[in-house]
Amino acid sequence: MTPSTASSVREPRVKAKQRPGDRIFAGSTLTAGTLILAMLAAVAAFLVIQSIPAVTTDPGEIPILAGETFWSYVAPLVFGTLWSAALALLMAIPVSIGIALFISHYAPRRLAQGLGYVIDLLAAVPSVVFGLWGANVLAPAVQPFYSWLTETMGWFPLFAPPASGTGRTILTASIVLAVMVLPIITALSREVFLQTPVLHEEAALALGATKWEMIRTAVLPFGRPGIVSASMLGLGRALGETMAVAMVLSASGGINFALLTSSNPGTIAANIALSFPEAFGTNVNVLIATGLLLFAITLVVNSIARWIIARRKEFSGAN
Amino acid sequence: MSQTLTAAPVANAYSSGRLGRPVPWIVLAASLVLAAVVFGLLQASDGAKDFNIVGTILVGMIIYGVAIYVISLLVEGGRRAKDRLVTALVSAAFALALLPLISLLFTVVTNGTGRFDLEFFTFSMRNIVGEGGGGIHAIIGTVLMTLTAAVISVPIGLLTSIYLVEYGRGPLSRAITFFVDVMTGIPSIVAGLFAYAVFALIFGPGVRLGIAGAISLAVLMIPVVVRSSEDMLKLVPNELREAAFALGVPKWLTILKVVLPTSIAGITTGVMLAIARVIGETAPLLVAAGFTNNLNYNLFEGRMQSLPVFVYNSYISQGTDAQAYLDRAWAGALTLILIVMLLNLLARVVARIFAPKAGR
Repeated sequence: MTPSTASSVREPRVKAKQRPGDRIFAGSTLTAGTLILAMLAAVAAFLVIQSIPAVTTDPGEIPILAGETFWSYVAPLVFGTLWSAALALLMAIPVSIGIALFISHYAPRRLAQGLGYVIDLLAAVPSVVFGLWGANVLAPAVQPFYSWLTETMGWFPLFAPPASGTGRTILTASIVLAVMVLPIITALSREVFLQTPVLHEEAALALGATKWEMIRTAVLPFGRPGIVSASMLGLGRALGETMAVAMVLSASGGINFALLTSSNPGTIAANIALSFPEAFGTNVNVLIATGLLLFAITLVVNSIARWIIARRKEFSGAN
Repeated sequence: MSQTLTAAPVANAYSSGRLGRPVPWIVLAASLVLAAVVFGLLQASDGAKDFNIVGTILVGMIIYGVAIYVISLLVEGGRRAKDRLVTALVSAAFALALLPLISLLFTVVTNGTGRFDLEFFTFSMRNIVGEGGGGIHAIIGTVLMTLTAAVISVPIGLLTSIYLVEYGRGPLSRAITFFVDVMTGIPSIVAGLFAYAVFALIFGPGVRLGIAGAISLAVLMIPVVVRSSEDMLKLVPNELREAAFALGVPKWLTILKVVLPTSIAGITTGVMLAIARVIGETAPLLVAAGFTNNLNYNLFEGRMQSLPVFVYNSYISQGTDAQAYLDRAWAGALTLILIVMLLNLLARVVARIFAPKAGR
């Protein structure tokens, strides 16, 4: 068969045979995909429906609000959620970057993977166990340190006296949160640090840079968006964390920046967990409305993180 | 020009001194010993208190950082001193992360073994005040609800990931990818509130059911399954699919007989890790399934206890004999950690054993 005959005799275009198996299989995968969309829409819809009465009902008829409006009830909780998460990130980010650098660039090659597993173990511990540990072990352990801090540094607004007698303050809760988000931030930044172009690292070393100078000039600039998005995902986790905060923090409500006293703001998630089992009537609607607010906050935070990751993808490669 | 150069000679790696290899280790040992001596003296003057190991390690690391910086600054110059300081800081960060892990595992094991006995695994909490009793009702509840959640979420998650990798094009697949990401970020308690809201609308307010707990867990589990299976399916080389198509195999059979078997090890690992993630969830079960002291095998009727909620409840509402409740909480925590670790270990073993042989 010569090329000329092949091109001159044009075969009619063959359509792929439609088999019932193909239709059924493709259809079921499509259904599953749409089911996820439907489920998410249902989550949003049900939460919105259930939380409408919280805002529309007269505050006097909702016992849990104690005469306040919904917004003045939820404001301290929002503050507590953001404040504890911010403190947790403040502690977790530097340590996580250190751990990620240790595993990716400092630890012996053969140990590195094992060390990574060890940090991943922290992520495997259930949050209720963290809560138990934080309330029974960590809080009594740090309490003497807290009273020492309030005595010597009491002039500093964050360390204002009197120190809590139990140690179950917002700082302790934030330490527990920091331990919980640590593995998330570490795992992601480690991945990014490992992707640094080896040529860049070798170039820096060849120019006489010490290891730290190499990391500062080649690894950290490359990994910065990764660190930012990892921190945002960690923030999302810290905002939504319930049990550890509910068990560690002894919340008294109100907006208060002091870290070591016994009057601490609660968080949205912990407040739901503590109040929901006894809630009835419109109280439930109020709690669900606060949950919706939490959902919205974490949604915004996570979307920003995803956006940063997606933007990063466009110019990855060797830049 | 030349005068200033001779006045301040540039430190040169070949002419300036270098610390020998063992020097940092010697300095580290010396600073730890120094810290131990300081804390030992403190303890001696204080009297009764235990020896403060954590404090020793922390102070020892601080002393080491300062010492190695100063020594290196004197011998090797500023740049290398900074390098050594950062090495010390980075290693300290790792050690710092190990402290809570070790402390947590240690306390859970020492406190948990007290009630980690036969009674704990054979008794429920029905009619029990104070000592005795166990968590069998919580273990049964956890197993039932987690399995139901897995039965719901594995087919949906797996089929969705197949859609995203093999079929999905255009806006729908982009939307699914985006919203799976959104679902990953749902706080666990919101998932519980959702399940409660759904069942409250059907059965009236105040309803707590095991199936509601299972659904809230499924909401948390689906995105994890989709994510991990999607990654695993993407790893299957395209040549395998093309070879099957070239032999005239229909697409659905290609996926079932070629793509899935190749990636089944990774998918199994992902599913087990997802189960390990949701089995420790407390908040959604507290909200959706409630808590009870009784054994309940029926997902569709009555409240259902689970292990994390059991731990939380024993801690939060301690009865007259507080120590008995705390002991049970620790035993529950130990059981929970053992289950999660076992699942994680199994997942890694499965990934290693059943992974397709690479490079023939």
